[in-house]
Amino acid sequence: MHRQVANVRKSLFDQGYLDEQFIQLEELQDNSNPNFVEEVVTLFYRDSARFLSNLDQALEKRSLDFGKLDSLMHQFKSSSTSIGAKKVKSECTQFRNYCNARNAEGCKRTFQNVKKEYTILRKKLEAYFQMSRQVGPTETACRPSSRLVMPIVPLYLYLFTSLKQQTSYTDDVLLLLHTAINSGVTS
Amino acid sequence: MGVIAIQETPLHVLAVDDSNIDRKLIERLLKTYSYHVTAVDSGSKALEFLGLQDVENFQSFSSNQETDVNLIITDYCMPGMTGFELLRKIKESKSLKDIPVVIMSSDNIPARISRCLEEGAQEFFLKPVRLSDVDKLRPYLSKNERKTTNDDDDDDNDDGDDDVEGWSDEDEQGRSDEDERGQAVSMDQSS
Repeated sequence: MHRQVANVRKSLFDQGYLDEQFIQLEELQDNSNPNFVEEVVTLFYRDSARFLSNLDQALEKRSLDFGKLDSLMHQFKSSSTSIGAKKVKSECTQFRNYCNARNAEGCKRTFQNVKKEYTILRKKLEAYFQMSRQVGPTETACRPSSRLVMPIVPLYLYLFTSLKQQTSYTDDVLLLLHTAINSGVTS
Repeated sequence: MGVIAIQETPLHVLAVDDSNIDRKLIERLLKTYSYHVTAVDSGSKALEFLGLQDVENFQSFSSNQETDVNLIITDYCMPGMTGFELLRKIKESKSLKDIPVVIMSSDNIPARISRCLEEGAQEFFLKPVRLSDVDKLRPYLSKNERKTTNDDDDDDNDDGDDDVEGWSDEDEQGRSDEDERGQAVSMDQSS
């Protein structure tokens, strides 16, 4: 299951849905901000609903205000860029190009693509986060060191009890350490 | 017994951005460096927070109020007051003009960048802002007192001064060529 999550994550990058910026978000996630990425993405959904609705309304007007359309799309593109939504961002850029060219048909057509890419990305991200949650917080994109903490705790307990019993435990310790490190690294 | 000098209060950064996401991001980035952050969503709220009274739309300033803000980082494109206008008002204010101001923008427009720097901005960051950008703020936030642009008092800060003037052309151009952030902005003429 852990490998599945990693594969899903990797495919989001390989297929061009996400770019480097998403990794920047992941790197800002730590023990004191354990859900940072998902919080930002949730904000993105909320803001996107508003931006897309405003754009829909503006595009329904008989005579299009390209300046306003460009300004609205600028906001949405900005949000998309901030979370690393690569394909969405690319469609936004196309839309703004059509705005600059005052091409109404181009704008309307591209806006459909914008909405499509947004919907696809949202579905994929929701699935990814749900999967990550099922697997457990230590398995999602966190700093690797946190994965070693869990197996080491029982190790300390073992060491402690062995010391108390004054048994020879060196070989056992080495074996346990080896197992703990291996299980922490493979996921 | 030796005495250890400890900075009593964390450095205070005022972040201004109308985007919810970008505000959350910049706040998180700044907190990585343990700065105390106040985030507001408009230029007028920023001026209010800095103690400027809204007399005739900030035409006249109350210079009684002392603010503890050590640096202001603001988005350029905002409804109402743009980041540039905010920068201008800050530089026109006797009480605030020495606070370093950094501008952020998702558009890589050289004319805009020069204009901001000429108006007194210390740095211009292309969005999305990264940790490496926030790292550049350290010279401006290295002391308890506000660092001025022509600060000669700090004897050990000569290198820091180089950084202050050190916004390099190559840096920005390198970005626009290689970096995704710079792409397709030459067509965007919005301000």
